[in-house]
Amino acid sequence: MHSFGYRLNGLLTFSVTILAIMCAIASLSDNLNTPSPSAEIQVMNINWFQKQPQGNDEVSLTMNISADLQTLFTWNTKQLFIFVAAEYETPKNSLNQVSLWDAIIPAKEHAKFWIHTSNKYRFVDQGNNLRGKEFNLTLHWHVMPKTGKMFADKIVLTGYSFPEEYR
Amino acid sequence: MGWIGDTVDSVKSIQIRQLLTQAVSLGMIVTSALIIWKGLMCITGSESPVVVVLSGSMEPGFKRGDILFLHMSKDPIRAGEIVVFNIDGREIPIVHRVIKVHERQDTGEVDVLTKGDNNYGDDRLLYAQGQLYLQRNHIMGRAVGFLPYVGWVTIIMTEKPIIKYILIGALGLLVITSKD
Repeated sequence: MHSFGYRLNGLLTFSVTILAIMCAIASLSDNLNTPSPSAEIQVMNINWFQKQPQGNDEVSLTMNISADLQTLFTWNTKQLFIFVAAEYETPKNSLNQVSLWDAIIPAKEHAKFWIHTSNKYRFVDQGNNLRGKEFNLTLHWHVMPKTGKMFADKIVLTGYSFPEEYR
Repeated sequence: MGWIGDTVDSVKSIQIRQLLTQAVSLGMIVTSALIIWKGLMCITGSESPVVVVLSGSMEPGFKRGDILFLHMSKDPIRAGEIVVFNIDGREIPIVHRVIKVHERQDTGEVDVLTKGDNNYGDDRLLYAQGQLYLQRNHIMGRAVGFLPYVGWVTIIMTEKPIIKYILIGALGLLVITSKD
């Protein structure tokens, strides 16, 4: 009952249980945080707006993105994955979400930023429905913890629209 | 002569009972592990409720050796979610982020495009020949939680199977030789 094997077994089981409980508590502590993020996106320019040979619309645009996401960071946060997605509706699809730009924020100091960028990923529709269409730009963030539950949220900014004609 | 036969018989019967008891307790351990695993599959609604991250395509968020907890609900798949999916013809599931969603008006079915955070381009290169999007039936679950480093045990056992055999052999030996 007190041999080396039993003692090692008991010690290992106990330490694994304690580690698991610590990870769970660390994750639960994230719920105590009440974040208040803010963001603003301006479409500076529609660089070009064409129909591809396959029939799908494609647009290239330049945006100013500024945000303050510092309140989202807790001691249990490893990084923040943020991305800007354009959301719009077409006759065939009730919802289209196209990710235009993303970034990883590794620390609280970098969470208040301003960036002037063109879309990192190609904005291609499923079809050719974009002329004159209104769309929302949504800034999503995914909190990736050091351990435990991941959670995500977003800010929806409305009022953007495509030009009426290709250019 | 009679009592020699008696003692031999009693010794034999003790051995058999002990052996059977040990076999039953081993069976109980294995089946309760199976019950927990299947129960988790039911609760999370996913074929494989826990996966180990095998590649570095989601760094620095998920490193090789991390464990992801999956959950599959009827909620629609939206951009930004980290999903685990299978490609026809590939046996290893892939854990990447959704970057494009096209949801049909009439059927509610979705076309989804994914990309690993640490990869330069999207996953079209990984999909089957001619496949442009993933559908819901390819997706096994959404990642909802994660534990770092714990998956290294599985990786080591898969890449160096000799360690798996040593471990199982040692466990088997322990069970057989333990007095109770």
